[in-house]
Amino acid sequence: MTASARQFIRAATAKAANPGHRAILENNIATYDTAVALGKTRYASWENARSVAAQIKWNAVNHLGLYLEQFERAVVKNGGRVFWAETAEDARCYIVELAQQRGVHKVVKSKSMVSEEIDLNAAFAAASIESVETDLGEFICQLRGEPPYHIVTPIMHLTKTDVAALFHEKFGTPLTATAKELAGVAREQLRRVFLSADMGVTGANFLVADTGMVALSTNEGNGRLSVSLPRIHVVVAGIEKVIPRLEDLAVLWPVLAQVGTGQTVTSYNTLVGGPRRDGETDGPVEFHVVLLDNGRTRLLADVEQRDALHCIRCGACLNACPVYKNIGGHAYGTTYQGPIGSVITPHLRDACEWSHLSYASSLCGACTGVCPVRIDIHHHLLHNRRNAVQRRFDNPFQRLAFKAWFWAMQDATRYRVASKLARLAMRSGLALPFLKPWTQCRDLPVPPARSFRDWWRREGRDGPPGRPNSSGAARPAGAPYQQHK
Amino acid sequence: MRVALFIPCFVDQFCPQVATAMVTVLRRLKVDVYYPPEQTCCGQPAFNTGYWEEARALARRYCEVFADADAIVSPSGSCVAMVRNYYPELLNAGVAAPVPGASHRAAGTAATTPEWQRVCANTFEFSEFLVKKLGVTDVGARFPAKATYHDGCHALRELRLKEQPRQLLRRVRDLELVEMDKAETCCGFGGTFSVKFPIISCAMDDVKIASIQRTGAEYVVSADSSCLMQIDGYAKRRRLPIKTISLAEVLAAT
Repeated sequence: MTASARQFIRAATAKAANPGHRAILENNIATYDTAVALGKTRYASWENARSVAAQIKWNAVNHLGLYLEQFERAVVKNGGRVFWAETAEDARCYIVELAQQRGVHKVVKSKSMVSEEIDLNAAFAAASIESVETDLGEFICQLRGEPPYHIVTPIMHLTKTDVAALFHEKFGTPLTATAKELAGVAREQLRRVFLSADMGVTGANFLVADTGMVALSTNEGNGRLSVSLPRIHVVVAGIEKVIPRLEDLAVLWPVLAQVGTGQTVTSYNTLVGGPRRDGETDGPVEFHVVLLDNGRTRLLADVEQRDALHCIRCGACLNACPVYKNIGGHAYGTTYQGPIGSVITPHLRDACEWSHLSYASSLCGACTGVCPVRIDIHHHLLHNRRNAVQRRFDNPFQRLAFKAWFWAMQDATRYRVASKLARLAMRSGLALPFLKPWTQCRDLPVPPARSFRDWWRREGRDGPPGRPNSSGAARPAGAPYQQHK
Repeated sequence: MRVALFIPCFVDQFCPQVATAMVTVLRRLKVDVYYPPEQTCCGQPAFNTGYWEEARALARRYCEVFADADAIVSPSGSCVAMVRNYYPELLNAGVAAPVPGASHRAAGTAATTPEWQRVCANTFEFSEFLVKKLGVTDVGARFPAKATYHDGCHALRELRLKEQPRQLLRRVRDLELVEMDKAETCCGFGGTFSVKFPIISCAMDDVKIASIQRTGAEYVVSADSSCLMQIDGYAKRRRLPIKTISLAEVLAAT
């Protein structure tokens, strides 16, 4: 078992056994579910909207090089710069060196999961540059010194009381402060930072290829403050964020808002078209876009799972996932939590180290059912499992057990004898030591003395009295079965 | 019509009464049933754990064992989903590029033989067979109890069977069917998941059982016995007064 797998099991077990934690998530997700259900009624056909969104992303991902180059040309034409970062390290170095060269002391950050992926705040801290998260949830995460709990809702695991206690400790606000008062305190803190920051770092919800624009959606307006007040704006985004046309946003903006939060559209949708131009009075003087690969081209090369790059990071699969609802976001130990994180993390990071996440799913398919861009999420978990076995990341005992199981299942006689022995072992209690993973929290049924096939052979074939069954004899007993060659 | 019984290994070994109940109902409806004795397992445990080579051999085996059936009926949504939705991809060794609007599951069908395709397409879950193939919703059953229905994930999301089991249950005499608020939430079984991650699995079961209890139902009914074993195992450990029963047994009761 890898270190990450051990960490996962430890953290997941602790959270799963904590009903208080589960109740907070359930409560927050119930609010989300209500909003999403209401939101769907605004669509003539939500299923059609999903299909159109999926087709836009399919087109983008399957012509990724074309659209990325088109995007780059447009950004340069608008007066911006594009940096292609192959790794997280490349992206970090570019951004931190840029900040150092330009004498930046303070950075404001709008919510960005890619900046989490490359661990940008730590890189700024190492260079003695202050970076402040301006999304309220992320701001709270930063104060607590922990990573976001959810792609979209970074403090889903906290209550208002938790935040009041935190603000009481950090800013001396009363413990009884209302949500509005707490937001007011954060606003006061953040306004000062916005006005004194030299650089704004944002992610991108979409990169628009035909206009070279960066589309940002926020609910607090912190995105547009981050891009308009500081003199330098740096966008850091995964290469899969590119979409072909500006008009694609007519579908993608409402679809993202619908599944992200249940809103018609997100409160603030900003399109950033480059640095300040001659004659303009505001906007950044410099505009940089860092396009991050960091393993995404590996996913792109995988024909089976390429559609995982459709992901618009809406968080819907997390909210639908019964595993996420019990173990929460931190247990995964990844940047991207929940079902989509379990699919892509083995590709983005190390396939062996993170293969356990693909097994940490009951394959219920709720994620696939809600994905707005129709990623076959639970099916990809199966692909990851198959890949792990093919590359022999599996446990040797498990491999041996399946070999024995397979030997028995290839032949009806072997199956009958082996299963009879297994039933006997279970009935006598001999098998109990092997069944501990089941019996540690559940009772095991006592298997019956006789299987269905035994019943059928002795009496079932002829049917109950008075109910003839001609077919029972249609295939002679013991008719030879042709083994497949 | 010669209808073959596909009795998943799990049902065969742990709850044969579910299969005999299915036989009782089908015979009551004058359906000719037979049991191909060569059948073993559909291969889902191996497939879901990543052992696709082993699963593929069992998939081929299944297709040949059931080759001459007009229809194949099984009391398990999960095993039928394996056959109908995953065999096509499994039996096609190559990988097809996904195209917009179509999942690559469908793309797998090209390389399977027409006979195999026919076997996969002719495999039905029990309630599906009754309602969609036979057009029957009243099977003459009587079951005097208050019950709630648990949607097994594969019956619900892979086979899209939401209404069929409920249509059948609504026609059962003296049965009061009540919906739970989390009917579509996974019970936490998930095959090897239940033993690889027992604590997560049981936490999911806890959520499910709380939802069942809120209905005040005496019984929880499902088309999948594996879900019921999970629910029953946790309820028994906690000494909760919940009884589990398969859809087939309810429909067989008179």
